[in-house]
Amino acid sequence: MTEARRKTVPVPMPEARPFWEGCKRGELLLPYCPHCQNYFWYPRPFCPRCFHWQVEWRPSRGRGTLYTYAIQYRALNPEWADDVPYVTAVVELEEGVRLFTLLVDCEPDPQKLRIGMPVEVVFQELSEEITIPRFRPVQEVGP
Amino acid sequence: MTLNKKAAIVGVAESDEIGVVPDKSALQLHAEAARNALEDAGIDKSEVDAIFTAGVGVMDTVLIAEYLGITPRYSDTTQVGGASFEFHVQHAAAAIAAGICNVALITHGQTTYSDRRRPWRRARRWTYADPWLPASQFEGPHGAGTAPSVYAMAAMRHMYQYGTTQEQLAEIAVATRKWAQLNPKALMRDPLTIEDVLQSPYIAYPLHLYDCCLVTDAGGACVVVSPERARHCRKKPVWLLGAGEAHTHISIYSMPDLTETPAKIAAPIAYKMAGLGPEDIDVVEIYDSFTYTVLVTLEDLGFCAKGEGGPFVSGQRTAPGGEFPLNTSGGGLSYTHPGMFGMFLIVEAVRQLRGECGPRQVPGAKTALVCGIGGVLSSAGVLILGVE
Repeated sequence: MTEARRKTVPVPMPEARPFWEGCKRGELLLPYCPHCQNYFWYPRPFCPRCFHWQVEWRPSRGRGTLYTYAIQYRALNPEWADDVPYVTAVVELEEGVRLFTLLVDCEPDPQKLRIGMPVEVVFQELSEEITIPRFRPVQEVGP
Repeated sequence: MTLNKKAAIVGVAESDEIGVVPDKSALQLHAEAARNALEDAGIDKSEVDAIFTAGVGVMDTVLIAEYLGITPRYSDTTQVGGASFEFHVQHAAAAIAAGICNVALITHGQTTYSDRRRPWRRARRWTYADPWLPASQFEGPHGAGTAPSVYAMAAMRHMYQYGTTQEQLAEIAVATRKWAQLNPKALMRDPLTIEDVLQSPYIAYPLHLYDCCLVTDAGGACVVVSPERARHCRKKPVWLLGAGEAHTHISIYSMPDLTETPAKIAAPIAYKMAGLGPEDIDVVEIYDSFTYTVLVTLEDLGFCAKGEGGPFVSGQRTAPGGEFPLNTSGGGLSYTHPGMFGMFLIVEAVRQLRGECGPRQVPGAKTALVCGIGGVLSSAGVLILGVE
């Protein structure tokens, strides 16, 4: 089966709409609490730490480090069956939050992946409505 | 007041068949296990006044109570993944201590293995239940899927921070298999070597096939009663000495520290209630969804320092005849794992404390620690049990 299977495209939650709209513009927006002065993840209309309800969106530089990863060899979800092996990761952004991501532009090879390595955001268009942020290693030598 | 000795487990059982059971519904497995556990206790169904279960679907206890023909005065459908049944034991003890109920029946039943071959389950399986959930927005679209895909990421972080190796993880799979060889009910009883584990295909690097639990069909049940009722049961009571529960996250990126489970929070509560420490425990049953789950939980339960789980399990220390009897049933890795294994940890701990385990019996076991871990290292329920 060579044709890539159709993947489920996210339907933005109301509280995450500015995030998804930002992605469409190529901008990674993170929710920020001005009260306790912390970024948090994922988007809610309040700060999960201090429960302050006046939170704002701030643009992120989209840079961070690889916090952990795994190489997926089995996709029980048929949508991903043609993609194995692929790399899922948790990245820690400079702003201090951790995001789950598909790691792209990298080989699924533990010799080429290093926890702590710098990563940056890259945007992929999934549909007319949805663009999704992925992360890739920064300045990795590769094809 | 604490729950120390405020309740006892007096009946435990599996369903009549476990492993591959294609011709029984999950509900029937609940019922068989319930009947067997009540018989084990010497208690008639008419005495049951509290019902606990999880993982059935919708209105879990309401359905199970109707199916069994029970009208409870206390009902608890706490669903925290595979650790639900450890939570249920503590909740049952609390309700008994408060005088709300006297005989609590906790049941489990799943046909996860056979469901995979049922067309109506296959079709539904990968439809996102609700797109307006964080997992549907921020995990699923990135290829997150099954439990191993996520546990592998936690294991990877532990390997990075503490130098834990795949060989050390394999030690757990091999030791657990040796226990399974002593359990006639265990599904996987062929010999297994560390080399076999390391040669098995990757499910999600760094986890190999044999680092992962089984997928089976099975039911289990236990009966928790008041101290007064416990005195008049068929077998000697196994006392609840201490209990603790905690959960910290449902998504792996929200886990405060990927190398620390909520057992770190739950265990001190349970130890304090029991007036015991890790050094006082004779037999340990830890949820082994994956070899890594066991390794990290051993640390969080205080059996070794953080980061030393690898050396702790090396040299087959947890195998039969080793210094540290662990997962003596053969665990989720080799005995059975129908999806939520927590019930079977309790079943085995009670049998060990009663001295019913034949060739795999830990001689003179007087205290046992059970630790269920649910979700993606999300929840931990710790029970410390003992006999007089």
